[in-house]
Amino acid sequence: MGYPHHPHPRETTVLSKHFGEADARTLGGWKKRGGYKALEKALGMQPADIVNVVKESGLRGRGGAGFPTGLKWSFMKPGDGKPHYLCCNADESEPGTFKDRELMRWTPHALVEGCAIGAYAIGAETAYVSIRGEFSESLHSMEQAVKEAYAAGILGKNAMGSGKRIDVHVHKGAGAYICGEETALMESLEGRRGNPRIKPPFPAVSGVFGMPTTINNVETLVAAAPILLNGADWYKKMSLSNPKSTGTKLFSVCGNVQRPGTYEVVMGFPFKEFLYDLCGGPLHGRKFKAVIPGGASVPIQTMEEAEATLMDYEGFVAGGSMLGSGGVIVIDDAQSMVTVIARIARFFAHESCGQCTQCREGTAWTTKILERIRDGEGTVEDLDTLLDIGEQMTGKTICVLSDSCAVPVVSGIKKFRGEFEALIQGRRFHPVTAAVA
Amino acid sequence: MTPDLVGGLESPDYASHDRAAHEPYTPVFTGDVKRELDELLTRYPTKMATLLPALWLVQRERGWVSEEGIAEVAGLLDLTPAYVKGVVTFYTMYHQHPVGKYFIQVCTTSPCGICGAEDVVKAFVRHTNTGELGLTSPDGRFTVIEVECLGACGFATPVMINEEFIESMTPDKVPELLARLP
Repeated sequence: MGYPHHPHPRETTVLSKHFGEADARTLGGWKKRGGYKALEKALGMQPADIVNVVKESGLRGRGGAGFPTGLKWSFMKPGDGKPHYLCCNADESEPGTFKDRELMRWTPHALVEGCAIGAYAIGAETAYVSIRGEFSESLHSMEQAVKEAYAAGILGKNAMGSGKRIDVHVHKGAGAYICGEETALMESLEGRRGNPRIKPPFPAVSGVFGMPTTINNVETLVAAAPILLNGADWYKKMSLSNPKSTGTKLFSVCGNVQRPGTYEVVMGFPFKEFLYDLCGGPLHGRKFKAVIPGGASVPIQTMEEAEATLMDYEGFVAGGSMLGSGGVIVIDDAQSMVTVIARIARFFAHESCGQCTQCREGTAWTTKILERIRDGEGTVEDLDTLLDIGEQMTGKTICVLSDSCAVPVVSGIKKFRGEFEALIQGRRFHPVTAAVA
Repeated sequence: MTPDLVGGLESPDYASHDRAAHEPYTPVFTGDVKRELDELLTRYPTKMATLLPALWLVQRERGWVSEEGIAEVAGLLDLTPAYVKGVVTFYTMYHQHPVGKYFIQVCTTSPCGICGAEDVVKAFVRHTNTGELGLTSPDGRFTVIEVECLGACGFATPVMINEEFIESMTPDKVPELLARLP
């Protein structure tokens, strides 16, 4: 709902309706707003029926990959005699993304409810919410909400009197972007270094503690409750473009824009109107130059691409990028693209877990070369070297952190090559270096 | 953060950070802290899974995670100190040496970077008298570091002081913020 601003009339607030209301954080306040009715309904249904409703709704993972949620849940085979686990990925660290933070700090009970529904649907008795350690406010809200839910009998060995056991535990991370990668998250939960695992086996077969596991993003789980209450058709109808992208999506907007904040729109909303109308357009006297629409690891869009984009999974791909996490970074004409991209590369170099050579070395080399260009020390060969390294970093590692570093670099050079070249050529005209050359 | 909307959030107690690093080591996991660990053990199917929370308890009680703290945790969870150290060094939030009473983390990743985060960092370094990023001020009060994406990009520049999260920081607000810290 445009938080921290007033809701914009063109938003559709399903998940963000109660952002900014302190009372919504408490169990009493949440129940007043219709909280836990969806869980009550869910506990009266067969788990397979819940999975079917979610499948039918078209809900797709909101963490970045966009995998169909109902299908993911259906991979968990009931009655296999093993403990099942649900992990909620609340390790939101993708630069530009802060929607899950708002969901947890304003509506923690929505996530507790979503976790309980998800756990019941996949036959799990235990759900772990893995929250990044820096989110002190979200951690506090979630711990309070879990405590309240236990005290009220919503969680525990007889959840809402259903006879089913549902436990939800908050797990505090300790500072590692890579733990947002689902297998690294499980490693962290088990008390290990957050090194991603090789897949297969996939988590549904062997996940946390070696048991069948489903990992869902915060926003995905929170969306499950209104879907159960209002039905799959209601959710499916919220789509302005492609039937493969349904429902509402939270977009967190940051950077050089009038009204940064978290907005909720129906899938397929025109990106141009979103940026200029909902978000208020560029800062006074400036112009937008580029947008990174789905967190730092998706391709950079030119304004021409962005303004023609419809905001859904397919629309962002058609517009030369990806929906990703919905973290929209807006860059204006006062910024150097080289500086922006060099800083993104530095982020990935810092966060590489170091298992794979292409990533460990590639992210560091990329950062060094980009910073050299930024500082006017670049050479003409540097751009080809960067593109070559980028290719070596793509599709060759255990997880996609390596690819994520290459993507903004490669797309940045392709779409804003002139800015790189200007800095490199600037060096050539420097009297001292010109003499050496 | 918007104080008028936030209910029930109190500043954490920073007193534990005062304890000197040079005192002889006394075990962390006694009394209430041991009971906290015992409760944590019930949440996970393996002992090892309580490692991250156990290390958080050590840091909360002592302000950092020392070699002795690592050995104590290793003993309690049937792990080797080398293994525990491997985990401690992987995660950036565990302090491997004592830090200032106020540990200040300023986000400078791209979204904040294009909104002026560098100037916020400089203001913190200047006004805390730490001289350099990562060092502690001579009075032991402050340590300032740059941190990678705090996940509050719409509120550039976010800053963490110990457990307290501060949004929309600007260089001119730094002196006032520092002055209100006890």
